[in-house]
Amino acid sequence: MANYLDFEEPIKELKEQLDKTLELAESEKIKGDVSKRVKELEKLIKTTTKEIYSGLTPWQRVQVSRHPDRPYTLSYIEEVTGGNFIELHGDRTVKDDKAMVGGMGMIGDQSVMFVGQQKGVNTKMRQFRNFGMANPEGYRKALRLMKLAEKFNMPVVTFIDTPGAFPGLEAEERGQGEAIARNLFEMIKLKVPIICVVIGEGASGGALGIGLGDKVLMLENTWYSVISPESCSSILWRSWDHKQEAASALKLTSEDMLKNKLIDGIIKEPLGGAHANSEEMFNTVREEILKHIEKLSALAPEKRVDQRIKKFGSMGVVNS
Amino acid sequence: MGWFKRIKEGITTKSTEKKEIPEGMWYKCPKCSHVLTSQEHALEMWVCPSCDHHERVGSEEYFQILFDDGKYREIAANLTSGDPLEFADTKKYTSRVKASMAKTDLKDALRTASGMMEGEKVVVSCMDFSFIGGSMGSVVGEKIARGIEHAVKNNCPFICISKSGGARMMEAGFSLMQMAKTSARLTQLSEAGLPYISILTDPTTGGVTASFAMLGDLNIAEPKALIGFAGPRVVKETIGKDLPEGFQRSEFVLEHGFLDMIVPRAELKSKVAMALKMMKQG
Ligand SMILES: [Zn+2]
Repeated sequence: MANYLDFEEPIKELKEQLDKTLELAESEKIKGDVSKRVKELEKLIKTTTKEIYSGLTPWQRVQVSRHPDRPYTLSYIEEVTGGNFIELHGDRTVKDDKAMVGGMGMIGDQSVMFVGQQKGVNTKMRQFRNFGMANPEGYRKALRLMKLAEKFNMPVVTFIDTPGAFPGLEAEERGQGEAIARNLFEMIKLKVPIICVVIGEGASGGALGIGLGDKVLMLENTWYSVISPESCSSILWRSWDHKQEAASALKLTSEDMLKNKLIDGIIKEPLGGAHANSEEMFNTVREEILKHIEKLSALAPEKRVDQRIKKFGSMGVVNS
Repeated sequence: MGWFKRIKEGITTKSTEKKEIPEGMWYKCPKCSHVLTSQEHALEMWVCPSCDHHERVGSEEYFQILFDDGKYREIAANLTSGDPLEFADTKKYTSRVKASMAKTDLKDALRTASGMMEGEKVVVSCMDFSFIGGSMGSVVGEKIARGIEHAVKNNCPFICISKSGGARMMEAGFSLMQMAKTSARLTQLSEAGLPYISILTDPTTGGVTASFAMLGDLNIAEPKALIGFAGPRVVKETIGKDLPEGFQRSEFVLEHGFLDMIVPRAELKSKVAMALKMMKQG
């Protein structure tokens, strides 16, 4: 059973009508008559979806990025590799963080090291995955895998999807800040190509901790910023009620982030979002990854690192 | 005491003028209620002689403490914040910045300066918590970058004193990317084989902790400074319990392995200078 967001209500109603029509047709065996109605409804669903999705507000984008039917990191890895994937575990220090996954895979004959935050698909799994909020050991696991990739000259692909790094007591004891900082310092000079794809939520340092890529891409309906609209609302407006305004003010959509040159590109989503046609989404992401790996591999490692340092090293707007 | 001397003319900025402490002002320690004159307090380096409480001070005070004779030359002093996102919450970001400038007589939440420390050239960046909570926006990132550049050019160590509530929300994505920017620039320092000393003072949290503050060749903290990624209130909400005594304080962070040492303010200069001397002769 699909889930619908509040602004997707018209799509839901039409889909229910369509289901009912089909059901009716089946039980009464009068297919000839309903085919026209079915076509009409299908067309209507398409135009309605297009209409709704072409006018999404920043806050609605945030909602889409968190849509419970949206594919998560392991689904992307599974699908872009066609199952040619070996998951690797552990940071070799404390434990295996279930909110940060990774491993080696093949896309065609290209080996790739994958890393990404993983959200859970149901209540039980959401808890198991800690809602995609990694602890320091998650970031250290991610770095271990990236170093492994460097050793074996494999490009790194990271999938970013997190409401933030976990703000827990043990996380602080084990150095959440240091873990993220270390990743930034090491990732910026990693010798292999790095492609980062924001597939859902890109919240704050927790997202950036696996986000220093030669190419940083955002799926169309995702967000990336220093804070979630809810927290921003609570801090700056001192109430939770201004999340819509906060979402707009933060300029956190893929279009805004690209316009401000804080990311390198946007990956189009299928009509109605990544969850509406995940197969198409996986194919597009696979093509994008391969395209960028090919381009980046043509550069010498020193050149790539140099460009990466220059890109991130010059971000910011000041008046002098 | 050298660090309290007036600044020699022409070599520094006018913001030092306001640090003249009027006679007859009193300081009452918020921890132990010990009372002393503001002048005495300054002579104690703004540390309570009775209970060792390290009062929060700004870049000017730290420059006075670290640089020989309090003499320094500020780098990129005139950079001010842009407003690329045209950000507004209940107030416009530009008005917040203006108000903060007027209140603090500072341009942003960090200043970078070069000068001599025990006879050796150093570059120091120091945050000002009084400017929008010491939050990190583009100016903070850029001034750190300029400091590192200057250190590399002059083949000298870089010291950064952190004191920050974290990211500057009003610069959103730009603020976030300052974590990337500063970390990227630090690789140039490390490439050049130059020392980077990170000094963490009360408070150092959020994106600053998760980038340059934790990346020192040496991480040094002042006593009892709050140092963490998530703020204590957020952690408390997450675990739904009271936090243990001393949680996220320097002593706790040292115990968990993320600091090299805790140094009282009075010994800061000599300890850092000694460490740098050892690194130089290594
Ligand atoms: Zn006291």
